[in-house]
Amino acid sequence: MKTAAETDKQRWARETLAPALEQSPERAASFTTISGRPIERLYTAEDRAGIDDARDLNDPGNFPYTRGIHATGYRGKLWTMRQFAGFGTPEETNRRYRALLKAGGTGLSVAFDLPTLMGRDPDHELSLGEVGKCGVSVMSLADMEMLFDGIALGGITSSMTINSPAAMIFAMYLVVAEQQGVAWDALSGTIQNDILKEFIAQKEYIFPPRPSMRIITDIFAFCSKEVPRWNTISVSGYHIREAGATALQELAFTLADGLEYVQWGVDAGLDVDDFVPRISFFFNAHSDFFEEIAKYRAARKIWAEAMRNRFGARDERSWKLRFHSQTAGVSLTAQQPHNNVVRTALQALSAVLGGTNSLHTNSLDEALALPTEEAATLALRTQQILAYESGVTAVVDALGGSFFVERLTKDLEEGALEYFNQIDKMGGMVEAIERGFPQKEIAESSYRFQREIERKEKTIVGVNDFVQEGEPPIEILYIDESASERQLARLEALKRTRDNARVGRALDGLRTAASGTENLMPRILEAVRAYATLGEMCDALRDVWGEYEEVPVI
Amino acid sequence: MRKLRVVIAKPGLDGHDRGAKVIARALRDAGMEVIYTGLRQTPQQIVSAALQEDADVIGLSILSGAHNHIVPRLMELLKEKGLDDVLVVIGGIIPDVDVPKLKEIGVKGIFLPGTPMQAIIEFIQTHARARTALG
Repeated sequence: MKTAAETDKQRWARETLAPALEQSPERAASFTTISGRPIERLYTAEDRAGIDDARDLNDPGNFPYTRGIHATGYRGKLWTMRQFAGFGTPEETNRRYRALLKAGGTGLSVAFDLPTLMGRDPDHELSLGEVGKCGVSVMSLADMEMLFDGIALGGITSSMTINSPAAMIFAMYLVVAEQQGVAWDALSGTIQNDILKEFIAQKEYIFPPRPSMRIITDIFAFCSKEVPRWNTISVSGYHIREAGATALQELAFTLADGLEYVQWGVDAGLDVDDFVPRISFFFNAHSDFFEEIAKYRAARKIWAEAMRNRFGARDERSWKLRFHSQTAGVSLTAQQPHNNVVRTALQALSAVLGGTNSLHTNSLDEALALPTEEAATLALRTQQILAYESGVTAVVDALGGSFFVERLTKDLEEGALEYFNQIDKMGGMVEAIERGFPQKEIAESSYRFQREIERKEKTIVGVNDFVQEGEPPIEILYIDESASERQLARLEALKRTRDNARVGRALDGLRTAASGTENLMPRILEAVRAYATLGEMCDALRDVWGEYEEVPVI
Repeated sequence: MRKLRVVIAKPGLDGHDRGAKVIARALRDAGMEVIYTGLRQTPQQIVSAALQEDADVIGLSILSGAHNHIVPRLMELLKEKGLDDVLVVIGGIIPDVDVPKLKEIGVKGIFLPGTPMQAIIEFIQTHARARTALG
């Protein structure tokens, strides 16, 4: 019997659920997502309270784009399958790129080694053992010429994962285009160029936050005039999540970083609609299926509203959040590595159902090493099976209207707005980072998750349950020291043959520019053309700005 | 009895410090005195920290593949300073083929991805106490 005050859900709980629970209790007292978010057993129409379909969802292609930025979803154009690759010397990686393009790829994604990412030449003490290990070594324009040798830059898009030295690496790419006779306004691609998440999570920073932000606004200003089709930044939650953040923290801190970049651009005198359309995002595709889907949907809505309402953007391209996603490296296990194929496929499916614009799928062996060619091919095939066999690309936002997914989307949005309030009160993301706020939040979450695994409150198949003894090892890619020796020899030859007086003048010019307020890009381009090394250019800026050292939070 | 003193260090250029920070906290919660050096430490700096902190244990977190350069250098320096009784353990991504070489030069524990924190804690308690007793 239904009483006046009782809702349908309460009646169901009393009449149907209670006897069922009595007969067989549930497997656990409570259920949570991988991020620790409590999940109810059932969502019904009642859980959509406070959600207005026209305002909060609208239709695909319409503001606030919760259901996607394209009216046709993937029926028009599939996501870009962009696999990240790079190792050893520029010649070795060039061969891999040519093979990828021959196999039908239209985009490249460059992985640089740690000395390049940190702006150190291979002969620096800290480069010991690191040259060519995690990516390709690029020391100067000469290496960039070799990396793209025989590849027409006008016909491809290139994504380059480079942050602190992004301006220098980008300048090298521009000069190679010039040498090939390709106009800068015909170039398209992306530089990651997201320094805030480096301070928060991945820690590949060189200079202190404020001069680092100035390099970025200089790039915004330079590109809006000279390289208008280039994506000047890829605001990244990926690394924030990998460092241990929850889905909510990834969402909130990434978008807060995005807001900070827009604010700095506006403060530097740029018009919002001149640079915001070239801002793109990069999210993690982690293991909790529905929470991830809700995260992407919430991200689009929050960004659209912030751009229109907070920054007064009028161009709808400024409202539309475009994002790349990558499956969660941190979820891969060294144990029973073939299980990683299944994990990656599910994660990739969540990114697709969440409307990703571009996707990288990890290889099964990446908890052990850089991927073998065979493993990398299987990872790409996983995307092709999703795209061409699963059927999920035939319909736009298949989960729109789901009681559960819409509730989760709304809850994540509200959680992110609460974080924005806290960060705004601190004075913005740069200040929050200087106080260690996001760092501390992430460290807490990662420790909590590790303890949940130890206590078996969360199961990882093959690691803390369903363990298998005596597994046979799989074949992995082993990178030896030969790349380092070749790069060291080449560096020595470069310094012998270039016009060192010109290099000296260019580096002095860079120091002068760094001490003042002029746009740094023309000075960097001059140093690149003179074949100054990446280490020399970064050292010139270190002379002026110093290096950042964090106070570690544990 | 005094607490075990552990230096947790991140050598090389890599900044991925999730593992180093989680294990630092777990060892501290297990009652050890933990000194985390922060990022980008040279072998020289790590040995200095161990000397200065009178460490019983050095824990290295290495994911980048640079272990074959960094670890032999560190072991050499430890020997030079008379610290070759300090327990050295490594956590991170170490290819199987490199494990015997590292053990041969004196690394006692190598913990690959997925190792429970409790296993690392127990390993350190078992192997480092011997040194304290002898010392």
